[in-house]
Amino acid sequence: MADLQQTAGSRAPSHAGERYFMRFTRAQRYMHAVLFTTFLGLAATGLPMRFSESFWARKFASGVGGFGTIIFFHKFFAVVLTLAFLIHLKEVFTRGLFHREKGIFWGKTSMVANWKDVKDLFGHVRWFLGLGPKPQFERYAYWEKFDYWAVFWGMIFIGFSGYAMWFAPFFARFLPGWALNAVLVIHSEEGLLAILFIFSIHFVNTHLRPDSFPMDMVIFTGVESEEEFKTKRPEEYQRVAAQGKLESRLGVKPPVWLLNFSKAVGYSAIFIGLLLLVLTLSAYFVG
Amino acid sequence: MKTASSIALAMGALLVFSAPRIAQAEADCLACHRDYVDAGKFHASLHGSLKCGDCHATIKDYPHPDQVTPVKCESCHTGEAEGLAGSVHANRAENPCTSCHGDAHAIFPKGDPRSAVYPLNIPHTCGACHGNDALAKKHGLPNVYPLYIDSIHGFALSKEGLLVAANCQSCHGSHHILSRADPQSPTYKANIPKMCGNCHAGITANYAGGVHGKAVASGNLNAPVCSDCHTAHAILQPTEATFRMQSTPICGSCHKDKLSTYRDTFHSQLGSLGGYVETARCWDCHGAHDVLPASDPRSPIAPANLVATCGKCHAGANASFVQYQPHANAHNRKLNPALFFTRLFMNLLLAGTLGFFVIHTMLWLIRSRYQQIKTRSAKGGKNG
Repeated sequence: MADLQQTAGSRAPSHAGERYFMRFTRAQRYMHAVLFTTFLGLAATGLPMRFSESFWARKFASGVGGFGTIIFFHKFFAVVLTLAFLIHLKEVFTRGLFHREKGIFWGKTSMVANWKDVKDLFGHVRWFLGLGPKPQFERYAYWEKFDYWAVFWGMIFIGFSGYAMWFAPFFARFLPGWALNAVLVIHSEEGLLAILFIFSIHFVNTHLRPDSFPMDMVIFTGVESEEEFKTKRPEEYQRVAAQGKLESRLGVKPPVWLLNFSKAVGYSAIFIGLLLLVLTLSAYFVG
Repeated sequence: MKTASSIALAMGALLVFSAPRIAQAEADCLACHRDYVDAGKFHASLHGSLKCGDCHATIKDYPHPDQVTPVKCESCHTGEAEGLAGSVHANRAENPCTSCHGDAHAIFPKGDPRSAVYPLNIPHTCGACHGNDALAKKHGLPNVYPLYIDSIHGFALSKEGLLVAANCQSCHGSHHILSRADPQSPTYKANIPKMCGNCHAGITANYAGGVHGKAVASGNLNAPVCSDCHTAHAILQPTEATFRMQSTPICGSCHKDKLSTYRDTFHSQLGSLGGYVETARCWDCHGAHDVLPASDPRSPIAPANLVATCGKCHAGANASFVQYQPHANAHNRKLNPALFFTRLFMNLLLAGTLGFFVIHTMLWLIRSRYQQIKTRSAKGGKNG
């Protein structure tokens, strides 16, 4: 059925159904799944420690069997995320350095920021204010690159400071004394930044804004409709079309079970994230 | 003299000869009063050898007047009466002897388990009043019985029947109970270490050598005594999770700056979650009773002892590891400059990133929705 649709779609795009285009590979989708699962786990176990005086932290702690359980799962998720990060690094360097794949470290498809991103940011803000046209985004828009690098550097800093606390006597051999104090500040502040950012800014920018509301399914299904592709990333669409490579990007309309499964997972993640956001804010403002 | 001779009489062999006469008089009294005087119990009691008239001395005739003078226990028990006179229970109308000693016709020696003042019965006896919310409120006192009975002392006494467990009178005395505001009282703040030391001699000796003990001994009553940390009545086993959980704020009630800097550390964050009470709390590093300043080489926080002290929990602690400051103040630029700037940088990063993106994304939301409505291309759907 899916194959039929794809064939039909490619022949008669406007009548027999929309065409779907690949945006993310299976590996990238799994990486995102591992990322948000471990992130939710780290946030859910990290926040009670950060706000251990709050009304919900102790209840949560006693509910799960105390701090021992919390730190165990925090470390577990941390190790899984570290492995995922290392796999990602290996992937990037293999593709970029060994396979000499174009567009990994620079170019239109790279995650590395370029001059267009600066222009897009200003252009976008001008459009917000009604002062100019909407920028024509490429494969990764500036806020998506920001998300990527925020997570990238966040993992390095939060990870390093976390391991420094976990193995403090070892790290103390080559870190100055004050660094043992500083790692907690770095870990908790940057963790908090990540939590606040992901559960508010990333959720809205990527999923909850009117263009994608209530959720952008592309990270779960890997494909998006042609119309969505054209609207959201016109410059990429035009570039791929001009190169005559649109056909090679054609994907399969996601089956219903995958959509439903993705929705269940995605809505759960957003719900947990928003819940944690409310708890975090409540710890700040209620106590 | 009459009473004294009666006791001699009772104790002596004359008892045998006088028994019929006593029985005769007692039978007269019991003819009316058997409802509340159990002759058998009375004779088994401490006063069992006395005649009714020995205590009810004003009753000479039969039948006696409706109103009789109350029995004066002090006619024999002069010492106890003197003690009572200056005590918090001096009001005899409110606190008759029987309020503690129980049924006047069934008084047993305090070593007898039937006695109301037998060590294991004392908390219950005192608790008759001091476990009563209304009475406690009336006298402005805490309702101490429930606190005591759930304490380590109360548990040892009520559950294990330990005669040596502290009961009310071990600390407060019996007849001459004074307010803790009275410098003569064993529960007066300055006297508490000595009072607890009656049993806890070793700990009290340790305490006396520490900064708190020395301060109290030199007359500084702001320094804590036993009850300031352990409480007076609700004393818990200090190794228990409950006490470990509540102990940090106790130290912090005086050492406010130290509590606030401790609160910023991982020790505190984990410790206050509960369930895992082994995280370092004040006395894990500072010691409990013999608290000494870091300048004292005997102190566990003296620089030379830090590796050993931290090493109690942190296997592999070394000289560099103990450079960690368990009370670092990230708000103090002079004391902890590196930490101060780390925190400042992190806060600016957090506020800057969120501030920028909150404004950015709000504007975006508004503009997108406006666009969506304007073009009517998406009815709540995609691709506005």
